[in-house]
Amino acid sequence: MSDIKKFMYLNRRAPYGTIYAWESLEVVLIGAAFDQEVSLMFVDDGVYQLVKGSDTSESDMKNFMPTYRTLGDYGVRHMFVDKASLEARGLTADDLIEVEWEDWETEEEVDNIVEVLDADEVKAKMADSDVVFSF
Amino acid sequence: MADLYTVNKSPFEKNSLEGAIKFSGEGASILLIEDGVYGASKGTSAESMITGASDKKFYALKSDLKARGIAEDRVIDGVELVDYAGFVDLVENTDKVQAWL
Repeated sequence: MSDIKKFMYLNRRAPYGTIYAWESLEVVLIGAAFDQEVSLMFVDDGVYQLVKGSDTSESDMKNFMPTYRTLGDYGVRHMFVDKASLEARGLTADDLIEVEWEDWETEEEVDNIVEVLDADEVKAKMADSDVVFSF
Repeated sequence: MADLYTVNKSPFEKNSLEGAIKFSGEGASILLIEDGVYGASKGTSAESMITGASDKKFYALKSDLKARGIAEDRVIDGVELVDYAGFVDLVENTDKVQAWL
């Protein structure tokens, strides 16, 4: 019996400064056990979670950036990024990490599931989700 | 001597940087730390807050920039990068510290 729901994790906080980004990541990893259709949405300062080049060696904090690159292996099918949030922060898609995804059964592969969307597309993805978890 | 203001919040989420700039006097030192360092990035919608406050001196903590993947060449011109020792020097060389959270 199929009872698959569309889960969206909405991320609006920068990494490191608060615990929100890390907590969201933990819930996504735990949620991977439940076989739902999972997407992550990055809006406002949340887009900073995907900026590459993080180096915490001088900050005495754990660098959890590499974990985002593995999310494709934890059932995350889409990682959406709000374009206006990037632009307001002087960023482009080139500044963001890439995340691969592969369906082990069908061997379908996607090189990068990180996708930049405009506001209308963001709105549509949110409306299309059954559950939105906000961080 | 003037005061040292530390700002540890992103300018896109809180108005701490805006407030520190508004209420600090001429010659004040404003040090961006933690998520505050996002305010030091070039080409953002918040950039003019710093470029428009030429009567103050701005600093950003290097290790916090590094942790957030902000390369030094993407920091606003005129913002001086300091390490922890530089932070201590700023504290020593100013009247008092005001933490804007």
